Amino acid sequence: MNAHLLVLEVVVPLMAAPLCMLLPSKPAARMFSIAVAWITLYLAWSILGALGATEHGVIAYELGGFPPPFGIELRVDWANAYLLLLVSGIAAVVLMFGPGSAGAAVAEGRHAFFYTAVLLALAGLLGITVTGDAFNVFVFLEVSSLASYSLIGLGRGARAPMAAFSYLIMGTIGGTLFLLGVGLLYQMTGTLNMADLTTRLPDVLDTRTIVLALALLIVGVGIKLAVYPLHQWLPNAYSFAPSVVSAFLAATSTKVMYYVLVRIIFTIFGAAFVFETLHADYLLLPLSLIAMFGGSLAAIYQHDLKRLLAYSSVAQVGYMMLGLTLASATGLTAGLVHVFNHALMKGGLFLAVGCITAQVGSSAMGDLRGLGKRMPFTCAALVVGGLALIGVPSTVGFVSKWYLVQAALEQDLLSVAALILLSSLLAVVYVWRVVELCYFSEPDATQVEVTGRPPVREAPLGQLLPTWILIGSTIIFGLTTDLTVGTASKAAAQLMGVGP
Amino acid sequence: MSAEQLIACSILAPLLGAFAVLLFGRVPNLRDTASSAATLVTFSLVIQLYPQVMAGDRPRLDVLEVMPGVMLAFEVEPLGMLYALVASGLWIITALYAVGYMRGHSEGNQTRFFFFFALAISAALAIAFSANLFTLFLFYEVLTFSTFPLVTHHGTEKAKKAGRVYLGILVSTSVGLLLLAVLWTYHATGTLDFEQGGILAGKLAPAQIPILLALYAFGTGKAALMPFHRWLPAAMVAPTPVSALLHAVAVVKAGVFSVLKIVVYVFGIDTLAAGDHSRWLMYAAAFTILSSSIVALSKDNLKARLAYSTISQLAYIVLGAAFATAAGVIGGGMHIAMHAVGKITLFFCAGAVYVAAHKTEISTMNGIGKRMPFTMGAFFIGSLSIIGLPPLGGSWSKWYLALGAAEGENLIFVFVLMASSLLSIGYLMPVVIRAFFYEEGKPEGAEPGHAHEHGEAPLLCVLPLCLAAVGCVLLFFGSAELQALIAPIVEAR
Repeated sequence: MNAHLLVLEVVVPLMAAPLCMLLPSKPAARMFSIAVAWITLYLAWSILGALGATEHGVIAYELGGFPPPFGIELRVDWANAYLLLLVSGIAAVVLMFGPGSAGAAVAEGRHAFFYTAVLLALAGLLGITVTGDAFNVFVFLEVSSLASYSLIGLGRGARAPMAAFSYLIMGTIGGTLFLLGVGLLYQMTGTLNMADLTTRLPDVLDTRTIVLALALLIVGVGIKLAVYPLHQWLPNAYSFAPSVVSAFLAATSTKVMYYVLVRIIFTIFGAAFVFETLHADYLLLPLSLIAMFGGSLAAIYQHDLKRLLAYSSVAQVGYMMLGLTLASATGLTAGLVHVFNHALMKGGLFLAVGCITAQVGSSAMGDLRGLGKRMPFTCAALVVGGLALIGVPSTVGFVSKWYLVQAALEQDLLSVAALILLSSLLAVVYVWRVVELCYFSEPDATQVEVTGRPPVREAPLGQLLPTWILIGSTIIFGLTTDLTVGTASKAAAQLMGVGP
Repeated sequence: MSAEQLIACSILAPLLGAFAVLLFGRVPNLRDTASSAATLVTFSLVIQLYPQVMAGDRPRLDVLEVMPGVMLAFEVEPLGMLYALVASGLWIITALYAVGYMRGHSEGNQTRFFFFFALAISAALAIAFSANLFTLFLFYEVLTFSTFPLVTHHGTEKAKKAGRVYLGILVSTSVGLLLLAVLWTYHATGTLDFEQGGILAGKLAPAQIPILLALYAFGTGKAALMPFHRWLPAAMVAPTPVSALLHAVAVVKAGVFSVLKIVVYVFGIDTLAAGDHSRWLMYAAAFTILSSSIVALSKDNLKARLAYSTISQLAYIVLGAAFATAAGVIGGGMHIAMHAVGKITLFFCAGAVYVAAHKTEISTMNGIGKRMPFTMGAFFIGSLSIIGLPPLGGSWSKWYLALGAAEGENLIFVFVLMASSLLSIGYLMPVVIRAFFYEEGKPEGAEPGHAHEHGEAPLLCVLPLCLAAVGCVLLFFGSAELQALIAPIVEAR
């Protein structure tokens, strides 16, 4: 039964997506997709539990009964199980955000399409995570990407389709490069199974083809992950998409791509080859530092809350990349922990923005003036999420920072450790801009009269609840880290080859 | 109650008080009763721990393991006991005073004010009882963020700017320097626990110890060591009860308390003294003492003058820690209590003058002592205690600090202490002299329309400040008790 969990995790949302379109009414489609997301969460939780019972921490499933490397293998170890839990958990919470696809310009009666696309994106992301086959990663990558392009295009305003289109161009380039890389690997080894690649690659590692394959894979995934300087699509995509979509994608899509990158570097090629032979860290370390500072600096100067959060994401990807680049068990733990933690805070923050756009009609910084009094719970969520971004102790951000700095200190990189802490001070600046606007500015009286909108009220419970589930977990997982750090450190140990 | 429960309850009591304040927000009398009741409950809980600590016990409460090897835990040791007693004890009279002040001055948003006030006290007690660096750092940050709404209480442009300075300096020093120091300590020793005699002995190269000490000393921005002192004068834009309790007692004392605790329980005074690692800190502290006293001389705004005086007095405690001698640490610890009571008296008086006469500038306070004899009399007593004259508490801590300087054969710092006493006469006594011996002139400089006849401030303002002044006297006679409390932590093992 355990192994069947793996295939169910993908098949359930994949089959549910077209079914969802057949549903007659919007509430039905909504309830249906929420139910599906919760089922995937349950499955992911069961997989994590089943993994704990295994001896080596690996569960494999042969699709159609064909043994690998001939058939497609689904293969889950601690790293995938961790990501499955994250992705399905975020989907389950974010989909609850109601009523409907808040902020999406979906024609009445066609909301089912929105939920279908979300479920397809979910299926794709879970597929990428669960599979043990490199080509399969590409297939599911395209499934999730196509779904997310259409989701971003649903945003209000004329620029949403444009943002979706430029994401489509960048994403397709990334996907193509990835495919080329996989092709080269297949040419050199004759296999697509990741575990099989691990055993066959060492014979051909010193060829230029393999180096090229690695470069193509890293750049291809790097585009989708928005690694600096391949991040240009991200701010537009996140800020013009409906807030729910931004929350979902920010919390899942880049996180899964980070997992793929980790899988490529640590499982397929091996950290020794990538970092000791090729010294990819000479390139990646400065890039992640630039991302940490550049992303945060850019965030400080944004005029729209969603754009601010999007640029902050670029910086946060820098932290994750830094953890990976340090190439130690602690560093990888830090990266993986931050994947989880950042998903919680960014998901929660984007949902809070969703509350604001639904009530105020905009997420421009100017419209936040004096919102602290009118939407106290939403603004409190912004403050707590912001504190987590800063990394105040007792929030998840602190846990990430703690491990990241420890990892830097382990390698005697005192300067990097200091830079990590300094860059988190930039977060104070952009978070506090928001706080000051919410609590220290009076709304522009004339503006209210001109627009003639009804006075702004607190968001309904259906929007506050999912927001606060995510924001609340930034504190819960900031104080109890058994699940996050526990699983991430097991995954890191496994990836570094010193597994349990 | 068991000791564990006492620890938990004394941290939770202000927190519950805070939520009671929120609950009764619409009924001011009920709300202020709840807030005052919370102060009494908290103090009665804290004081019950005192006999146990005095008897040599170190009650401990492990809450949870946040990360492997990183505990959220509390342990009551003498320094923390002292700080907790000071903070919770002075909270009682401050709560009374705050009611009088906020109502006498018709401040808005009083519910929010009392809520965050109680929250800050809870954080201060948690800092006092912290058993390791992580817990200390956690509540240090909680204290920073919970006092931010108090500093910016008026919500004006000026308050917003002051809030930026406040948060900017406190957060950037704590994240940029203190957290780095904590992580470095963890990396070097594998533990974060406070232990008698320190945890760093033999774990770091001798050249690294002064660097780590610098990260701690400057990272604890709340200790207001120059050049990271700007936040304290900026915070004076807050209502006076905040300046009194938080920026003369809870917040700044959290800073110097942390420095003292870290020197004693992380570095160990033997380790510091053996390598003479803290000499630079003595000079840094001495510089802060003298230069901020000189700045205080030039300030006409009474609260600003008191703020710079606070910066100078805080550096006394850092200096005591830097001596790394038994008498230095005892003097520093005693000064936490002595300065707290003395300075809170002065702030109460400044606030009372503001409520009754609407005056903030010293140059406008001529002859005010005749109208407000109790207030200015208390101001005189508080000033004498800050200056360090018997029979007031401040004389003892200065005595031990000077002894600490002599013990380490750092005679130059005895002169620094004496010079600072002279300077503090220079900036405090003119206020008293103006109040009592100058004739009340024309009310120029006072805000127009406020040049009215006035007497004393409301009773709820005057009574607490008289109590605080009495406290200064009592501390002179109770100092042996304090000495006996602190001494065990610096006894040779």
